[in-house]
Amino acid sequence: MKFTTPAGTNPIDQGKIVGKPTPRIDGPLKTSGGARYAYEHNEAVKNPAYGYVVGSAIAKGRISAIDLRDAKAAPGVLAIITADNAGKLTKGSFNTAMLLGGPEIEHYHQAVAVVVAETFEQARAAAALVRVDYAREKGAYDLAASVDSAVKAGGNNAKVGDFDGAFAAAPVQFDQRYTTPDHAHAMMEPHASIAAWDGDKLQIWTANQMIAWGRGDVAKTLGIPKENVRLISPFIGGGFGGKLFVRADAILAALGAKAAGRPVKVALPRPLMFNNTTHRPATIQRIRIGAGRDGKISAIAHEEWCGDLPGGGGENSVAQTRLLYAGANRLIGQKLAVLNLPEANAMRAPGEAPGMMALEIAMDELAEKLGIDPIELRVINDTQVDPEKPERPFSQRRLIECMRTGADKFGWAKRNPKPGQVRDGRWLVGIGMAAAFRNNINMKSAARVRLDGSGIVTVETDMTDIGTGTYTIVAQTAAEMMGVPLDKVKVKLGDSSFPVSAGSGGQWGANSATAGVYAACVKLREAVAQKLGFNSDDAVFAGGKVRAGKRSVPLADAAKAGEIVAEDVMEYGDLGRKFQQSTFGAHFVEVGVDIATAEIRIRRMLAVCAAGRILNPVSARSQVIGAMTMGAGAALMEELVVDKRFGFFVNHDLAGYEVPVHADIPHQEVIFLEETDPTTSPMKAKGVGELGICGVGAAVANAIHNATGVRVRDYPVTLDKLLEGMPEFA
Amino acid sequence: MKAFTYERAGSPAEAAAIVGRTQGARFIAGGTNLLDLMKLQIETPTHLVDVNHLGLDRIEATPEGGLRIGALVRNTDLAADKRVRKDYALLSRALVAGASGQLRNKATTAGNLLQRTRCPYFYDTNQPCNKRKPGSGCAAIGGINRSMAVIGASDACIATHPSDMAIAMRALDAVVETVRADGATRAIPIAEFHTLPGDTPNVENTLAAGELITAVTLPKPIGGTHIYHKVRDRASYAFALVSVGAILQKDGSGRVAFGGVAHKPWRVEAAEAALAQGAKAATALAFAGAKPTEQNKFKLVLAERTLAAAIAEARA
Repeated sequence: MKFTTPAGTNPIDQGKIVGKPTPRIDGPLKTSGGARYAYEHNEAVKNPAYGYVVGSAIAKGRISAIDLRDAKAAPGVLAIITADNAGKLTKGSFNTAMLLGGPEIEHYHQAVAVVVAETFEQARAAAALVRVDYAREKGAYDLAASVDSAVKAGGNNAKVGDFDGAFAAAPVQFDQRYTTPDHAHAMMEPHASIAAWDGDKLQIWTANQMIAWGRGDVAKTLGIPKENVRLISPFIGGGFGGKLFVRADAILAALGAKAAGRPVKVALPRPLMFNNTTHRPATIQRIRIGAGRDGKISAIAHEEWCGDLPGGGGENSVAQTRLLYAGANRLIGQKLAVLNLPEANAMRAPGEAPGMMALEIAMDELAEKLGIDPIELRVINDTQVDPEKPERPFSQRRLIECMRTGADKFGWAKRNPKPGQVRDGRWLVGIGMAAAFRNNINMKSAARVRLDGSGIVTVETDMTDIGTGTYTIVAQTAAEMMGVPLDKVKVKLGDSSFPVSAGSGGQWGANSATAGVYAACVKLREAVAQKLGFNSDDAVFAGGKVRAGKRSVPLADAAKAGEIVAEDVMEYGDLGRKFQQSTFGAHFVEVGVDIATAEIRIRRMLAVCAAGRILNPVSARSQVIGAMTMGAGAALMEELVVDKRFGFFVNHDLAGYEVPVHADIPHQEVIFLEETDPTTSPMKAKGVGELGICGVGAAVANAIHNATGVRVRDYPVTLDKLLEGMPEFA
Repeated sequence: MKAFTYERAGSPAEAAAIVGRTQGARFIAGGTNLLDLMKLQIETPTHLVDVNHLGLDRIEATPEGGLRIGALVRNTDLAADKRVRKDYALLSRALVAGASGQLRNKATTAGNLLQRTRCPYFYDTNQPCNKRKPGSGCAAIGGINRSMAVIGASDACIATHPSDMAIAMRALDAVVETVRADGATRAIPIAEFHTLPGDTPNVENTLAAGELITAVTLPKPIGGTHIYHKVRDRASYAFALVSVGAILQKDGSGRVAFGGVAHKPWRVEAAEAALAQGAKAATALAFAGAKPTEQNKFKLVLAERTLAAAIAEARA
């Protein structure tokens, strides 16, 4: 099915199941331990061997010698794979560095060997006996020191009008720099895989958000036909972009299994994950805004400096500034330096997450400078069209309504705009807000649906559920389309033998994957109607029956003589170019800052989101509160700390890389505005999983400023950055 | 983790004797720190002697009017003990400020005193660390050291002691009771228990080889207002940037020990004498001679302000 014109009324609009708060259908499996994660397919894989990864001890240089004698002689060891005996490996299309390093080392903890043994403990003990001699080379590890070597890069370099002239002429000028640090996905489930060969066929149970990308890159890396690779990833314990790509666990499990002649399990140990896998790169951002005294922006510039390994990409933190606020003269730029740190890549809302952390502080600062309420400043500069191409309207843009609704609900009117005025016992209390913005992306997505003689509808797609609730919204979509209750739908996901879906990333999964299911269900409805002798245009699918006029037949009857199978793919025309499709929201945060110690504690948070049809308010809320929590982490504590001498992230475990705990998040609320967006798909939905993080950090930072009067522009906002500006306390 | 052998000792003296005579042997109690370090091969014992089940898990009144806390009393149980909560609230508060409920259920009183540092370079076996590998150097001094010591450090090591409980024990003048490999027992005042890094940061206390902690005793209660303020970036489950354990009396006198600032719980008697003059005077004396780094100099300001908050709280 091709989606080329805005959707009219369709069966999804009935809203009997889609849009209803629905507990996740895979919940009981997960809470009872029945959901099998990548490392746990013990019924499918009998008698596996265990692989343990050895990570490079240097960031840049070469391996001068590897001594495997002691490791090979250790108890239980079956095989040791290094670049010397792995055979030819080709870098995957989605990888920046090789997944098995040597002799060249590209980053710290790049895998240099995997030791395979009878037990996990034996593999781990033997891995410690692998002796590697390195020849260290000088590398670049300091972004701030590499700014001058950065070159223009990325997809966000744009000029509209005359920024310099308009900025110089503006009655009010604002110019500030912000920094965001490197971030780790820090998902609960480590990267893990079990690989098993059957002749030249390779099957990998893994944790991967994008099955088709993964299948392609396994094949490319190992130099085998894609048809010989099957990836299975039914449950994923958190991804956040860290599992978009094939990583060392999958490739080393495959190589280890080949060498050992039996299936091999490999999980990355936690201390290896931070430097071995991908991360969100640090940014330096400069924002300049020229405005009139009335608050109207005449000139806006947002520039980014970022770093990555050769061949990598930047963070795109400037992307939202092309679209969020009006202004006739605009300058957007991205520069990228070579850094020899582990490879940078996508993490939840790549671009907007750190970009909004900067831009939305800038708007708060500008509002203060102008003496205009921060919400009013954003209202004044709202635009209903793409500011770079005014002929392109937004498909839906209810940012103002999000802010107004949130202001009412949160008690914004009670906020004292003068910082440092509100005290509650030992706490200085402040309130801050930020806009939320994230683009909507549609991805081609296919599904297969089966109807059997008992009336069960089974959906098969290689779509993944990374904890987002995909199983449930896919089931809701099929149930609505086929007119059956939810318990008559079975959903099978995450298997490369199923039709290729959108996968989970860029908050495109929910709308795109369910649209693929919609397309397949339309085909199934046609097949059913034909089988039962209905004209498919007249047939109504409801209550487990197919009905037209006075005639009504149980749906299951259509499959009496045998299962009916339909498959289709949803593809997109140019609606995404004609209309700017984005998601919007507003974040509100209240913080307390200890007047003595400057400890910062969030007291309450609210997000208001406008993001098309909300397919399942339960899982959508879960996505948004999770994103708000991640945003709070980015605001207050998350930072991969770089050792600029040795070139690695020092705090490479969950004791050192702090993420919020329950005590940090006392109260969260989420409001979804009623909305459908007919330009996005027949589902009329968009994503929310990334919208929820965009702007949170700035809302927290703005609240801290409101509480204390201290403006911190370098994330995370930790107490040591506040102390100097805090009031005397003795 | 290296392969190791394991046995259960029959008595504290037997445990000490076995560890004393066995090269590479270590005691295992709760295992919350040792097992993690073994998995990373930072600790590589060849033999573990289990000291659980030796009857060291009781809290008893002493004839002097204090408490004798068995070495194996779990942190959760110690924090919840009614006598501790009533008379040694500082200890209870310090305990619940540490780790998580699950860890406190397992972690023991003696083990808590013997926690190794949380310096990230200590945890990465690719990096130089004089504490982990004597003579290899210190990566933290010229590296990432926001969380490190501001006082009492050496050119060999700027690690801190991570325990919250030990800060309270220090302020309460606890005494560590031990049995040695030869069966002799002794009592070590907490002030003499932990050591500064000097040239041998691998040595962290004054226990002899094989010496087993059997109990920690507390002298009779001294009253006062007990405050433990642990300052950290997140609200729970994090090590202290700075902590203040204070027992403050109505007349303005009191005791104070600081955590997160040194290789051992930091208590300076001269500083306590100045407590009545306020936090500025007391911390000036407590941190005289401090040598912070650019990254952690905030700890000095923070220590003063946190103590000031404790004094204000006690007065309120």
